[in-house]
Amino acid sequence: MYKVIYNGEMEKIAGKAVFGETMKALLAEDKDVVYLDADLMNSVGTAGLEVQFPDQAFDVGIQEANMAGVAGGLSAVGKKPYIHSFGCFASRRMFDQAFISIAYAQLSARIIGTDPGVTAAYNGGTHMPFEDICLYRAVPGSTVIETTDSAMASAILRQTKDRKGLTYIRLSRKNLPAVYEPGSTFEIGKGIVLRDGKDVAFIAAGLMVAEALKAAGELEKEGISAAVIDMFTIKPLDEALTLEYAKKTGAIVTGENGNIVGGLGAAVASFLSENYPVPVVRTGVHDRFGQVGAQDYLQEQYGLTAAVLVENAKKAIALKS
Amino acid sequence: MSKLKAFARDIRIQQMKEFKARGFGHLGGSLSITDCLAALYGEIMNVDPKNPDWEDRDRLVMSKGHAGPALYATLALKGYFPLDVLLTLNQNGTKLPSHCDKNLTIGIDMTTGSLGQGASTAAGIALGLKHSGKKARVYLVVGDGEAQEGQVWEMALFAAQKKLSNLILFLDFNKRQLDGRTHEICDLEDPAEKFKAFGWHTVRIPGNDPDLIAATVREVQAAQGDKPGAIILDTEKGSGVPQIIEIELNHHITCSPELADRIIEELEAQKKG
Ligand SMILES: Cc1ncc(C[n+]2csc(CCOP(=O)(O)OP(=O)(O)O)c2C)c(N)n1
Repeated sequence: MYKVIYNGEMEKIAGKAVFGETMKALLAEDKDVVYLDADLMNSVGTAGLEVQFPDQAFDVGIQEANMAGVAGGLSAVGKKPYIHSFGCFASRRMFDQAFISIAYAQLSARIIGTDPGVTAAYNGGTHMPFEDICLYRAVPGSTVIETTDSAMASAILRQTKDRKGLTYIRLSRKNLPAVYEPGSTFEIGKGIVLRDGKDVAFIAAGLMVAEALKAAGELEKEGISAAVIDMFTIKPLDEALTLEYAKKTGAIVTGENGNIVGGLGAAVASFLSENYPVPVVRTGVHDRFGQVGAQDYLQEQYGLTAAVLVENAKKAIALKS
Repeated sequence: MSKLKAFARDIRIQQMKEFKARGFGHLGGSLSITDCLAALYGEIMNVDPKNPDWEDRDRLVMSKGHAGPALYATLALKGYFPLDVLLTLNQNGTKLPSHCDKNLTIGIDMTTGSLGQGASTAAGIALGLKHSGKKARVYLVVGDGEAQEGQVWEMALFAAQKKLSNLILFLDFNKRQLDGRTHEICDLEDPAEKFKAFGWHTVRIPGNDPDLIAATVREVQAAQGDKPGAIILDTEKGSGVPQIIEIELNHHITCSPELADRIIEELEAQKKG
């Protein structure tokens, strides 16, 4: 069960601290859990685990593709690998190994990609994953999750321990707006209605969830009733909930911290166009590369703000015939 | 102080100004490759800052792309762009991002930042220049942590097979990477032995003396025959700045204005001393 605590404030504790604690607990709880990292343990709050759990936690060095293959092998002998790199490298840099040696071989691993989208900030274009969701959605049978805050990240890491197949988890190592109470649990594959509404529905993931809540507040002042759905499981998509809100509101606006090509918006739009066509306006990065900058500057640059969601909501409503 | 040593000192001063303006950055790995850059741009490379796209120029691929700040300082001192541009490092809308980008910064020959990839692009540039009958040479800088990427060794096989005698690789052997000591994470053992075994003309020298580095480049070029050359540079992460060397995890650190000023002052004092 989850409890919503959103009031616009940021988390007190950084995502990486929660990630480190959660991995530590998982390693202690289950001897078959294995954690691999590619020289980013110091960046993601897991430094020291390789000393505390020398048989379960490994810094493989800077070799992401090898790490993904090793994870496949570990799974083949019954281990439960969690492997981490920045989202750019956790997708692009190891994609074929993840595809073949984990997914196609019908093995299981959790691939954790941090610094989603613009949160890569000062690391710039080479490090700014806008395409990881698209890539992992394209792997048959995969699960793709973007956690909304670190309370959810902690729960999802625990809840996917025994999950079959390739699971990609995109999470932030920084502080996000707090949405859920720590200790919450979630149902994978089920979206969460954070706010009900009848004129338009936001379907969002990651940092766009908090932006959508802000946008819904703005729209309310103008007499527009907007629902907000946290669609943290991007694949498999919660089709029932998507359908319900398409019927109820007749206008959908998606929000994602990544390229709209092949992402959450694409998933929602393609499902609805085949089942219950209503206007779907996608909010996200419009086919551009990343760049360096402060996160708020980058959100403005790429249109990942409540203001753009408000505009898109009006556009979607105007498109209702 | 020799001309090249003075150049290296000035590159350190300018990069500390970059880090001061931004407040954080990849100090350790930028400082450790500074003496190599001083040798290359101070003496070895055939380049023209007034004509940065000259097609017969020598190329540098900074495969450990996070050392951008050292290279930006070098390029600015050579006159590729004004020194005050350095103060925009990593600011919103900057031309000087944390990782090298050939489309943003004048004088940068290749876009890097995903470790391992610069190695292959350098081999491609070397192969292409050879194919076009050009005399230009290619210099490649690889980090020791970076050399854990399989791609570096795929390139090593390829470059030897294709007899890329116009290529010299520098390994910045500072024995540290992001998470700590390279030998504790994924040991390279003696990288000189490895490059030799891969068919490269290889030497290993102290990496903190730009005059020695320049002389060694000439020796390697005279002796490499039809092999690619590898120069293993024994460096320290933070080289030339004791306050940074002594920070054990100095890969990406904050840099207060006070610390930067103290370091700059000490480097400036070397001019008088
Ligand atoms: C493919 C890839 N994986 C991970 C990173 C993140 N990263 C940037 S620098 C670095 C450590 C580099 O160590 P090394 O090559 O030894 O560089 P140096 O110590 O000289 O700075 C890491 C892990 C990256 N940029 N690219």
